[in-house]
Order: sequence, then C-alpha cells, then structure tokens
Amino acid sequence: MDLSLSTRTVGDRTVVEVGGEIDVYTAPKLREQLVELVNDGSYHLVVDMERVDFLDSTGLGVLVGGLKRVRAHEGSLRLVCNQERILKIFRITGLTKVFPIHTTVDDAVNATD
Amino acid sequence: MATVELRFSAQPEHVRTARLVAAAVARRAGVEEAVLDEVRLAVGEACSRAVGLHRTNGLTAPVRVVLTEEDKSFSIEVGDEVPGPGGSPAETVSGLAAVQDSDGDTEDEMGLAVISGLVDDVEVTSGESGGTIRMSWPVSGSSDLP
Repeated sequence: MDLSLSTRTVGDRTVVEVGGEIDVYTAPKLREQLVELVNDGSYHLVVDMERVDFLDSTGLGVLVGGLKRVRAHEGSLRLVCNQERILKIFRITGLTKVFPIHTTVDDAVNATD
Repeated sequence: MATVELRFSAQPEHVRTARLVAAAVARRAGVEEAVLDEVRLAVGEACSRAVGLHRTNGLTAPVRVVLTEEDKSFSIEVGDEVPGPGGSPAETVSGLAAVQDSDGDTEDEMGLAVISGLVDDVEVTSGESGGTIRMSWPVSGSSDLP
C-alpha cells in the first residue's frame, strides 16, 4: 500500500490527512508535503494519522523535521492518533513528550496550549 | 539452515517486501499474532538501516535477510556489507535527542532505538565483512500449521 496525503484548512490550522504506510520509501513524500506547507506559510499543522497502517522511524524523523520547521516560525505540529500500535512507537522513542497527541481532529484543531 | 533467505538490492522500495515476507514466515513459524506487528516493524527498521548504510557507502551488494525457524524461537538476521563498527546499541538515540539535535540526521539511530525498544532478544554486531542485527522471538509450543 502506498502513502496517501490530503490537506485542508480549518481556521488557522492546516490538517494533513495521512493514509497508508509511512516508511523509508514513502516518507520523502510526507517530508515534501510538510516542507511545502511551511514554505507556503502554514505554521500550525495537524497531522491526522488515523488511517496510517504502518509507521517506522523514518516517518518519525520526518515528523520531527516538520516540528522543527514549524517551531522556527513559532508554529505548532499536533498529531491525531488512537491506534495503539502507532502510539507505541512514539512511546518507545520518547516522542510522546515532544508531540501533542490528540484523539480527534476537532480536539487538535481547537487546542491552544 | 535458514527457513527462508531473502536478498534484495539496497533500494527503499524493497523494504516493504522484506516486511511482508518476514511477517508471513513468522506467522507460519508460530509467532503469536499480537507480536507480528513488532516483527514487521523491527525487520523494517533493520532493513531500512541496512539500505541506508549501503547507499551512503555506495555499495551495490544486496541486503541479506535470513529468517530461521527453530524449536522454540523464530529468528531474523539482517546483514549489511558495510565493514567496521556499523553501529552498536550504545549509539542509539531517543526521539527526544533527535528533536534537540540540530542536524536532524538521526533516523538510523532512532531505528536502532525502536528495535531495542521492541525486541527483547536483539544483538547488533559488526565486523570486517559487515554488520548484522539478529533478533529473535519465542514461538508457541505446538504450531498447528502443516
């Protein structure tokens, strides 16, 4: 399965819906998408991972890269994820302390902390 | 003797194939369903790392994956052909370190961190002929598969 990406704007946030597998082969596409959004001035991103079937450390690296980019513009990068097998990878690597992880897109879009 | 051995050219698109094969062989060997996700992720991480090592070092040799079914365990060895200390668990970094690190090129080490976090029985070795990541999982006593 390949990676699917779609974006939409909700208020001042940009929601990136990701589906499929994020691995060493597909992660560059996600990286391009995040870089493009930041270059276009979208600094408050919500990455919806509910339809992600597989995520590895390459994908984590891309998300970390995205976070660094938005932080450079005082922006934010929030994740939406309820899948235990995906959340586990964030826990193992300590990234649950780095990314705000929300259970719904609404939650992430309305979060202000 | 290996149950299944796989060699693939060091291209990112083949890592998914390696994951699928490893998970299929692990299932047949009697690895519990709940653990298959871990097998899939761990072998993917090991293969991604080997592919990265081969590509950065300009090696055309294939990456080798050896899947072995034993009496009470199932093991996977992923071998690269990059000589020298290719990386030991001591070099793993956490995601936190990756965020604080300014160059951002820490995916290899994060891969090892994921593997060591997922797999209890893991061994990373490196020598003149290359590096190997060996991982193993217990299998349920009586596999009812033919």
